[in-house]
Amino acid sequence: MLKDILKILENDARTTSQQIATMTGTPVSEVNKIIEQAEKDRIILKYKTVINWDRLEDEQVWALIEVRVKPEPEVGFDSIAERIARFEQVRSLYLASGTYDLLVVVVDKSEHKVADFVSQNLAHIEGVQGTVTHFVLKRYKDDGEILNGAEGVKRQPVIL
Amino acid sequence: MKKPGQTLKQKKLISERTNRLSPSGIRKFFDLLDSMEGVISLGVGEPDYATPWHISEAAVKSLEKGYTMYTSNSGIPELRQETARYLKEKYSIDYDPFGEILMTVGVSEALDLAMRAIINPGDEVIMPDPHYVAYDSCVILAGGEPVMVPTSQENNFEIAAEDIEARITDKTKAILIGYPANPTGAVMSRQKLLDIAGVARRHQLTVISDEIYARLTYGVEHTCFAGLPDVRENTILLGGFSKAYAMTGWRIGYAVAPKEIIAAMTKIHQYTIMSAPTMAQVAAIEALKTGEPDVVEMVEDYNRRRLIIVKGLGDIGLSCFEPHGAFYAFPSITCTGMTSEEFSEKLLMEEKVAVVPGSAFGQCGEGYVRCCYATSLAEIEEALMRMGRFVKKYRK
Repeated sequence: MLKDILKILENDARTTSQQIATMTGTPVSEVNKIIEQAEKDRIILKYKTVINWDRLEDEQVWALIEVRVKPEPEVGFDSIAERIARFEQVRSLYLASGTYDLLVVVVDKSEHKVADFVSQNLAHIEGVQGTVTHFVLKRYKDDGEILNGAEGVKRQPVIL
Repeated sequence: MKKPGQTLKQKKLISERTNRLSPSGIRKFFDLLDSMEGVISLGVGEPDYATPWHISEAAVKSLEKGYTMYTSNSGIPELRQETARYLKEKYSIDYDPFGEILMTVGVSEALDLAMRAIINPGDEVIMPDPHYVAYDSCVILAGGEPVMVPTSQENNFEIAAEDIEARITDKTKAILIGYPANPTGAVMSRQKLLDIAGVARRHQLTVISDEIYARLTYGVEHTCFAGLPDVRENTILLGGFSKAYAMTGWRIGYAVAPKEIIAAMTKIHQYTIMSAPTMAQVAAIEALKTGEPDVVEMVEDYNRRRLIIVKGLGDIGLSCFEPHGAFYAFPSITCTGMTSEEFSEKLLMEEKVAVVPGSAFGQCGEGYVRCCYATSLAEIEEALMRMGRFVKKYRK
């Protein structure tokens, strides 16, 4: 039941408890209880909106930063990663296999600000050995949503 | 030569058969609909999904490779084999991909072929009322006579074997059923299908079972008619990809039946169609091989919307039997005192919600409207809100 509810909310966070109750054949009170518990258990972290900021004039710069680090004894990559994650311009942070260790997705107001972040914050963290910054030129798909695709195919008014 | 002012002694331009087909009373709605802004359509009976991309991509790749020619009349062998495998896995039925399966331009063509292959002039074909709009037309075009068996909400719109048997004459040739049903969303229990199989056997009738909605059932198992004991010899099973895999525009389906029947159908098919679209056949192979998770996910999603619309219709005072298949709700609108056509037209003009009048599907559909819930949840909610306002205004 929890999974069913999560699937519905992941697809549309605005689905009401009443609707979820109908969809899953569960009493509303039960649905609310399950959702509250999931929030407490930090299974549901937050209800956000997928926004295509590119449609507004707002300047927004995205960068993917590859970071090579020297793992610390005992704690490995985690303590460095936690330090990087605290910066609010860091949107996502992953430990990855391959030629670098951490992938940092940064969103900021200008290339200049991203450059500042890399040179003044990131590079100074102990254990960080090198960074490679890729500025994003265009976002095509984010959080599973195609950003500038056709607005859905229009169905033709057919007879049956 | 025709002189001015003189009309030719008219041979009627249009054939009697064609003239007999009922003009679609709903065409005007759809023409209207196209010119109106802000209409929510619960009218169109097709998935609101685009075909899963990996299926479309298989077709795109085939075009790149130059697979743009006719296929064998029966269809690409691999597709027939995959279809046979699929039917065996799903329903434990055994059909030979080389002789007992024909790939067609949707179930629509398969239905037409089946009728033309078995019907002699004047032969009667028994079918439920209400039923999908093409059923009686296909019978008439093939020179036969459709015979209606009324079904009702009280009996969950299932067609009863005894009602069929009561209408059998020496001209009766076949029984045509389509469950899960368009427009009602009804499904048939295994026992009721067994009863029909018994009637068919006793009277040596062919059963044509249109199972295009087979995959869209909710909380109940679909029973494949061809999978019942001792029916193989006189059953034509029709199926396709449109509804389950969201492939309506590809026009690809199939007919499955004993060799003799498929051979006859193939003969007509090769003269009228040649072969089903090649790229659609390639896409269908991909669908059968790897499309199962897509089907499961879409069915789950239809089910959520089904529950919302059925409850919502009840809440606004339109009683609606619970449909366990397809993607239609079929609420009664008699509380408004309107005919289903009046209701649909007024609802469209006043609230900009398009539904299909039940009368389009036969006399027994009068008093109902068909609402397709294969549209977004937000639209369903908005449509229900508007319909609620409408019903409140006109409730008798």
